[in-house]
Amino acid sequence: MTTLVLGLVLGGTYALLALGLTLQYGIARIMNLAYGEVTLLAAFGLVFLFQTAGLPPLVAIILIAPAGYLTGWLLYTFMMRPLVQRATGKPGKLEVDSILATFGLLFVLQGIMLVLFGANFTSISYLDQGVNVLGVSVALNRLIAFAICLVAGLGLIVLLNWSRWGLILRAVALTPGSAPLVGIDVNKVSRQGFALGTALAAVGGASIAMYQTFSANDGVIFTMKALIIVIMGGVGNVAGALAAGFALGLVETFVATTFDPGLTLAATFAIFLAVLIWRPQGLFGRRS
Amino acid sequence: MIRLAIALLGLVALAVVPLFASEYELGLLIGMATYVALASAWALFSGQTNYISLATVAFYGTGAYTVAVLNESLPYPAVLLCAALIGAGMALLVGLSTLRLSGIYFVIFTFGLAELVRQLITWYEVSITGTLGRYIFLDLTARDIYWQMLALAAVAIGLTAWINRTRLGLALRAIGDDEVVAAHSGIHLARTKLIAFTLSATLITLVGAVASPRWVYVEPLIVFNPTVSFLTVIMALLGGANRLWGPLVGAIPLFLLFEWLSVNFPDTYPIFLGLLFIAVVFVLPNGVLAGLDDLRARFGRRGK
Amino acid sequence: MTITRRTTLRALASGVAMTMLLGANLAHSADETVKIGYAVAKTGPNATGAGITTIPNYELWVKDINAAGGLTMPDGSKRMIEVIEYDDRSSNEDLVRAIERLATKDKVDLILPPWGTGSNLAIAPLMDRFGYPQAAVTAVTDKAPEFAARWKRSYWMLGGGHDYANGLADVLKAAVAAGTINNKIAMVSVADGFGIDLVNGARPSFKEAGLEVVYDKTYPLGTSDFAALMAEAQASGADSFVAFSYPPDSFGMTKTAQSMGYNPKVFYVGVGGAFPIYGQIADGKQEGVMSIGGVNAASPAIKDYFARHTDSAGAPPDSWASAITYASLEMLAQAVERVGLDHGKLAGELSTGTFSTIIGDVKLEDNQLRDLWWVGQWQGGTFVAVNPSDKDGAVAPVIPKPNW
Repeated sequence: MTTLVLGLVLGGTYALLALGLTLQYGIARIMNLAYGEVTLLAAFGLVFLFQTAGLPPLVAIILIAPAGYLTGWLLYTFMMRPLVQRATGKPGKLEVDSILATFGLLFVLQGIMLVLFGANFTSISYLDQGVNVLGVSVALNRLIAFAICLVAGLGLIVLLNWSRWGLILRAVALTPGSAPLVGIDVNKVSRQGFALGTALAAVGGASIAMYQTFSANDGVIFTMKALIIVIMGGVGNVAGALAAGFALGLVETFVATTFDPGLTLAATFAIFLAVLIWRPQGLFGRRS
Repeated sequence: MIRLAIALLGLVALAVVPLFASEYELGLLIGMATYVALASAWALFSGQTNYISLATVAFYGTGAYTVAVLNESLPYPAVLLCAALIGAGMALLVGLSTLRLSGIYFVIFTFGLAELVRQLITWYEVSITGTLGRYIFLDLTARDIYWQMLALAAVAIGLTAWINRTRLGLALRAIGDDEVVAAHSGIHLARTKLIAFTLSATLITLVGAVASPRWVYVEPLIVFNPTVSFLTVIMALLGGANRLWGPLVGAIPLFLLFEWLSVNFPDTYPIFLGLLFIAVVFVLPNGVLAGLDDLRARFGRRGK
Repeated sequence: MTITRRTTLRALASGVAMTMLLGANLAHSADETVKIGYAVAKTGPNATGAGITTIPNYELWVKDINAAGGLTMPDGSKRMIEVIEYDDRSSNEDLVRAIERLATKDKVDLILPPWGTGSNLAIAPLMDRFGYPQAAVTAVTDKAPEFAARWKRSYWMLGGGHDYANGLADVLKAAVAAGTINNKIAMVSVADGFGIDLVNGARPSFKEAGLEVVYDKTYPLGTSDFAALMAEAQASGADSFVAFSYPPDSFGMTKTAQSMGYNPKVFYVGVGGAFPIYGQIADGKQEGVMSIGGVNAASPAIKDYFARHTDSAGAPPDSWASAITYASLEMLAQAVERVGLDHGKLAGELSTGTFSTIIGDVKLEDNQLRDLWWVGQWQGGTFVAVNPSDKDGAVAPVIPKPNW
């Protein structure tokens, strides 16, 4: 029981982290290695708003989300768009270019954060009293993050599957080549997808800041966790990312309690590599 | 023939440089030779086939770790041989399991592999041997390391040059252009990729093994530093990964630039580094050598 | 070789050093300065530790010395300090090269050590070859005696894993004897050099002290979720929770323990527990938490040092290695005053001399600083030292720890 509850809560935070990345890669075809840095930036933003402006974190998140969308919009327009244009008709070119460009972006953002906030550990205390969930004590801020994840994830699923805009997004994600034939402005949709992904990254980062200690050097860790979940869930597959996130949380908690906590990360990577070999399209992805 | 002569002459010149260089300059030379060797070895497989591998550090670290484990029980040449064999074995295993992967999946798999290897070694050391961090007390001077590294770099470039002329090179280029077409024209995809990947990985393992005595103290966090993988890729791509001298042309200036930046801008260094990467991607998408060719072509046309 | 020529770039002193030089007395001409170099991690995984323990103390010390007119030489003259600093990017390869650069290109008079055990070991053979004394302040290793013998000019100043484990065993044993806690211990450790050193020391010394380790697990570096681990520790029935952890883990465990209402009678965390930010992490409820290190909080020298550090770096120092770091620099300055900048003489003086520092009079034994605090505890907002209990300035531990 303990394993189940703790695993699900942990999985929720993982899933939330991965939602944005799966959108960015699934729709805009940008493999964003600076994803974790964007997340961290939002986390620092939340701490800043909380400590200097006295905004409660839950209010701050509402401000951070649109800021994230705007950042993503700008990034796509000025940095990614030229790469996308250049790569038309060259398979694999955009992937390489975007990995390299966002790798550069990673350093820029990391450097800026080091200059602005220093290398110190940062953390706030907010709603960290325990709440009893089915006999297991869980921190309230973690539960809130879990709830945000569920709301964002389920909201996205509904949006993607039952709205016209979602249909267009899915069309671009599936066949970017033929979407223009039915009158879809691929550039605009990609930009929206990337910006939405960035907004989700910001929300993820802001909710992490509520319960975890972090420093300006932690971005890569977030990117990797998100990447693993995205690949396991199937690229661009929101439901898959949610499921993979939960699965990962459960596995880590299970391995930690029944085998050896020393093997949790190894188990994560082993499962991840097995999934890649056995089903490269992800556990929940369709074969292309 | 003349090209070969120039290359050999250059090698001889580079080999005598340490007799005149100071410790620090020698350190720089070792660093440069290391990255030239890494980038060239990496490009041997990835440059031709367009399979971007981020597993460089998995092999590099394995090489270093092999030396750390065996340096007290075996003579140095035997240690190197063991490192090469372990690297080759690992590469075969990885190569066999990743044959089905392509594109981004291959990139991510290789990245995950490096992490998995690090986690497993850490766990093994902690739970089985009960220590973490090993010492390498080998009687090697910086000069010895430099000469070995230089030899490795030369082997990596020489091997690439030789492969480029053989059927294997042709097959690799065909795979890089279009895998389906390559398969249809009778190229044995799996075998070709496997051979190239193993050669490349073995060289990278040796680079790690040769570089390790300089650190004295080795632990997984130090030798499996993912930055090494990324730097290798960036350097090779900057120069032009599908060209013989591309990795070298990319590695040397980037290495010196990093050194210069970290000396002069210790605080803002990552920002400059990042902006530079972005600039490279935008301005020189196919590498410096291709950029130079473009320029030459443009001026040539104007000349006519 | 254009390559080597191109690197003949003048090493600029960093911004910090520049401001210091500008504030300096202009009567001192440049050739009279003492060049001091160091390479520490400003980026990468080591940056956080170096940014808390190492860099602020180097900057504070240089500021203090230069404000007093510079380093005093044996003949009574004073020479200003000029700093050359490099970023080692948390990579030992870069670190080794930076040290070579400092020694052969910049030809600095003294080299200050980098942060961390691995870093200090990586440069030890080089420092030895170039003859520079190396006061490895932030290296915790049980092999210190061996290293001190191997590299004659190296000084190991932060003890080894066994020392800290024995200290903790002492404290717990006394509490068990007094009947305040049961003899069961839940112990977790990080799977990295430091955690392993400590846990390997702890297992035998706990056993010897008659303590029973009922939960003993190791977790990988980079773990961010401790809910499962802490739940198991809570269920183990142990009165003492001991974590040989790194800062992010120490912080994460504290928060997890608070949120799940886990109130062991002894709560001990590893590195990070003595950081000034710990109080904030614990939401002001750090009272009674034990950790590594400690300072003699009643000593005026330490109080003054905390005030100056806060003034200079904007935050108080950590209560473990910071004061030792500063003390090692004071030793260096005093040794220079006695014997000058000759490396051989300097090394001899550091080995045999007695120095008056903020942590009291210091004399190294076999090139090691042994007079250290092993266990500290948060009491009334300061991190005081509790073990060795017979050392001057020790405070009695508060057990059981008040609830969060």
